[in-house]
Amino acid sequence: MDATIKKICAGDVRMASRLIRDIEDKIPEAKAKIKKLYAHTGKSFIIGITGAPGAGKSTLTDALIEQLRKKNKTVGVLAVDPTSPFTGGAILGDRIRMQRHAEDAGVFVRSLATRGALGGLSQSVGNAIHVMEAMGKDIIIVETVGIGQQEIDIINHAHSVAVVLVPGMGDEIQTMKAGLMEIADVFVINKANRAGAMQLHTELEGMLNLSSKATDGWKPPVVMVGDAFEPQTFAADTAALTNKIEEHQLYLQESGKLTERMHRKAMTEIHDALRDSLFEPIVNSLTTSGEMKRFAEKIKNRKTDPYTVAEEIAQRFFKHQEEK
Amino acid sequence: MPERTIRVMVAKPGLDGHDRGARILARCFRDAGFEVVYTGCHQTPEQIAAAAVQEDVDLVGLSCLSGAHRALFPRVVELLREKGAADITVIGGGIIPEQDIPLLREAGIKAVFTPGASLESIVEWINSNIKPH
Repeated sequence: MDATIKKICAGDVRMASRLIRDIEDKIPEAKAKIKKLYAHTGKSFIIGITGAPGAGKSTLTDALIEQLRKKNKTVGVLAVDPTSPFTGGAILGDRIRMQRHAEDAGVFVRSLATRGALGGLSQSVGNAIHVMEAMGKDIIIVETVGIGQQEIDIINHAHSVAVVLVPGMGDEIQTMKAGLMEIADVFVINKANRAGAMQLHTELEGMLNLSSKATDGWKPPVVMVGDAFEPQTFAADTAALTNKIEEHQLYLQESGKLTERMHRKAMTEIHDALRDSLFEPIVNSLTTSGEMKRFAEKIKNRKTDPYTVAEEIAQRFFKHQEEK
Repeated sequence: MPERTIRVMVAKPGLDGHDRGARILARCFRDAGFEVVYTGCHQTPEQIAAAAVQEDVDLVGLSCLSGAHRALFPRVVELLREKGAADITVIGGGIIPEQDIPLLREAGIKAVFTPGASLESIVEWINSNIKPH
């Protein structure tokens, strides 16, 4: 076995984080490493935590880590924060809430920047999950960027998704909308000590009673989590949340739904790999050769149209592949 | 070859809650195009070193305004070496008396920035001294 792969499978944090970095930086060798690593992946349970900025995702992730460690589970965390569209820089501040676990060898927290991805995650997240799986983490928590209504890529990566809401963000119509409100396996009403929490609870229950999920064997539970500065009640609330997620895991396993989700995940991975292997190399070569600029100029002047250009590029690329 | 993004960590070791400067630097590093992991206040050197390895940063920037830099900064360097991560550069800043700087440099702190250092000068130092691995 490749020395790096061997180390990662033995749980080496430095090697693992390095490989995640190479994946993020799109270093060609990283792809080869993932190929070798792949046989050792797929055994962890993946929890997604998503919701609006400031809803409390990182604080809840920290609490989940604590609960899972009490049950002797090893935990990997991938925490995503946004990249600046202007400078490419990013503030990765999620781990501030999780630093008390920094020295626990059973916990590995890695921050990722979105680097232009718009679905609430980073392009590298799928492979970063694989690296943590190969390390043998029992549970991997993926915390998305703070999201709005439809950045829901998390459903293609996580087995169980917790959507974190807070009171005071709008009326009942908001709970009826498509997108985010449909993807939860577990709802969390965080900061439930604040005004409006009970109303939100009622609205969610009303929405869920009409959902097809209700007759499908798993009606997403709504978990109220109160003030994080009240340690005792907060610990009890987050323990209840952990239990609900574990119940969902059990449901997935027993109902056969886990296989369905893994199938969906595999399709996403093929999509991503096609993007990496086909789309990006074409775009990169066109950009480096300066052709991209010339095509854009032609389109701008209405000498051609984007579809003709795309067809021409596709024909040329596939011909080139055949010759190879 | 694709270009690497510089990853830095800004950390405040010890019993010092004055993080205005650290936050401004974190923001300024973001605007310079770096990915900045900020760990918050009251960190032990052990927490900082562990986080630096988990995050695979190229640089750790330590901020200390409490006077404990002589003990805390070198300890971070030492711990990184123990973890086989001696290639992670450590720099520091804060209320640091002139006469302490040689001691810190000798302990492996690659640069020390004191009050009055401009944000540009710090970014420039990083850009010319940090080659992402």
